[in-house]
Amino acid sequence: MSDTTTAALPPAPRKAPLLDRLPVASHIRQSVGLQRTMLLIGTALTGLFLLAALFAPLIAPFGFAQISDADGTFPAQAAPGGKHLWGTTVGGYDVLSRVLWGSQTAAIVIVVSVAMSLFVGVALGLLSGYFGGWLDRILVVIADAIYAFPSLLLAIVMSIVISRGQSSFWGGILACAFSITVVFVPQYFRVIRAETIRLKAEPFVESAMVVGASSWRIMGRHIFKNATRTLPLIFTLNASEAILTLAGLGFLGFGIEPTSASEWGFDLNKALADASSGIWWTGVFPGVAIVLTVLGLTLVGESMNDLNDPRLRGRRAAGNKRNTSKAGKA
Amino acid sequence: MATLIEAETPDVLGPAAPKRGAGGVGRYILVRFLLIFPTIFILVTLVFFLMRITGDPITAALGGRLPQDQLDARIHEAGYDRPILVQYFEYLGQIATGNFGTTLSDRRPVVEMLATFGTATLELAINSLVVALLIGIPLGMIAAHRRDRTPDAVLRFFAILCYATPVFFAGLLLKLTFSVALGWFPVSGRASTNTELAMSQLAAPSGIYWLDALRSGNYQALGDIAAHAVLPAVALGLLTAGVFLRLVRTNLIGTLGKDYVEAGRSRGVSEFRLVTKHAYKPALIPIITVMGLQIALMLGGAVLTETTFEWKGLGYQLAQYLTARDFVAVQGIVMLLAVIVAFTNFVVDILAAVIDPRVRY
Repeated sequence: MSDTTTAALPPAPRKAPLLDRLPVASHIRQSVGLQRTMLLIGTALTGLFLLAALFAPLIAPFGFAQISDADGTFPAQAAPGGKHLWGTTVGGYDVLSRVLWGSQTAAIVIVVSVAMSLFVGVALGLLSGYFGGWLDRILVVIADAIYAFPSLLLAIVMSIVISRGQSSFWGGILACAFSITVVFVPQYFRVIRAETIRLKAEPFVESAMVVGASSWRIMGRHIFKNATRTLPLIFTLNASEAILTLAGLGFLGFGIEPTSASEWGFDLNKALADASSGIWWTGVFPGVAIVLTVLGLTLVGESMNDLNDPRLRGRRAAGNKRNTSKAGKA
Repeated sequence: MATLIEAETPDVLGPAAPKRGAGGVGRYILVRFLLIFPTIFILVTLVFFLMRITGDPITAALGGRLPQDQLDARIHEAGYDRPILVQYFEYLGQIATGNFGTTLSDRRPVVEMLATFGTATLELAINSLVVALLIGIPLGMIAAHRRDRTPDAVLRFFAILCYATPVFFAGLLLKLTFSVALGWFPVSGRASTNTELAMSQLAAPSGIYWLDALRSGNYQALGDIAAHAVLPAVALGLLTAGVFLRLVRTNLIGTLGKDYVEAGRSRGVSEFRLVTKHAYKPALIPIITVMGLQIALMLGGAVLTETTFEWKGLGYQLAQYLTARDFVAVQGIVMLLAVIVAFTNFVVDILAAVIDPRVRY
């Protein structure tokens, strides 16, 4: 953020290098100490997740629904080791392969759902905040009602409506993504609406009105560009929630069929029965995958949140810390 | 994640809050109370139409198992072949008179079903709330007191870890460790068969097992119930404990920097007392507010926890009814949850307004 302000100063008309303007990269440069450690760990975990998602077809030793190879059928519930590094499940699936493929499913669902909720939420937020009136009131009441409701339950209801027991890869993915979208739209809506209302009172919007710019132009250019600064942050935070919701849906059996895609939550559900007989590998590996992915995304989001807030940002050797914080308060 | 963000900046002045205009507490409470109804109404409407888009409940529940003519007869008998709007208004009328219908899969009155399983969920919620408070508040105090040092870093990481671990995975790990490997606690259920039998034979059961066991003086059953309660309560409690930890930490850091705390310190008040009394009490206001808002998170978590531990409450039952496509039952459960959420939000708003006059407009 400080980069954009320096870029706006008269003596430096050129923009800061691209690397510094990218959300995460600029945050890493700003951060110090513990905050930097957390951000770096988060970035590393997220990077690992994205790499796994991208290269799953190459690194996974077997297919996600593969139960046999040239040597014959895979053993059921085989302990980790040998050909199956992380063991196999009741159905004879290779756990390592399913975890790797699962990252791909998760990544696709995140991208689709967050993109959809961004689009709908931002559009509605701009309209509602800019025009106000009865449209605004109705949208706010609906968004609040949806927001207050347990998101997982809403996602379950949505997934029944959309999928109706559908099991194809894209069918299942879209059902999950839509369900998550419904949950997230109110969040984007709230943020963008609040920003729009704030920005509407700013002089530059007023001057645009005076000049005679159309409402659409003001919304699309002047307000939109200024209101979306916080979006990378919400994006990261929502991505982690999307993974948890997807896993929750899968765990309850409203996710994607095991033969059409690999999904961590579904595998954990199946692992529940194994647990009582002491078979740990079917559940622990997909579970750890969920935890690490959510952890990575959350650490990135949290650190960005702290760094965007000057009160929470750690300062680089700013003398006595207590004094500076007190001066800020007074 | 929004839950965590909200946790730090409680949005008590939500966008729906009445804007400007003077008015006393009474007016504010009235407006807030009236806002409950649109919330419930919207959710009920939403769920009704969403469920009906997929077809009528009878085909959904029994389709394929009965010949088409019998199916048609039952659909006609239940009135599901009428226009959807007629059904919708009839449904609203029924709800208004407290008639929620009968479940399709096991033919129980919905109200009775809600009462039976609701108490089980209530018990789980209370247990896990206790766990969350016992873990979250003291750890939050430590983190705030040792701000930016190692304990704080470790605890903040722990809080994020609590959030990042899905309840069902935490449950699975707890099961693997404490029931399978160590054998300390039972794997699943609310109580063993004997205890459940004893509980069902009580004259006027409250449905909350430990309360019933205490009242009937059945201490053997109490022990059994307690053993069953530990793992689910910890699994669900940890999820919220992380949120409480961060909440207490953030708010305590705010009050610990105040002058009166410094004054207390200079008068020789012990650090322990400063943290737990002087700074903690004023920090309690935002903490209570956000705690109330956690109820939605807890209800969502309860569905997963109950399924993990076969705890026969609303969440477990909801998953069962969903699988059976019993939409009447599902609508009943969703309705109850909507009412709970709407009322908690109302109570939280009122509490916040009574404690802090600045909240009112």
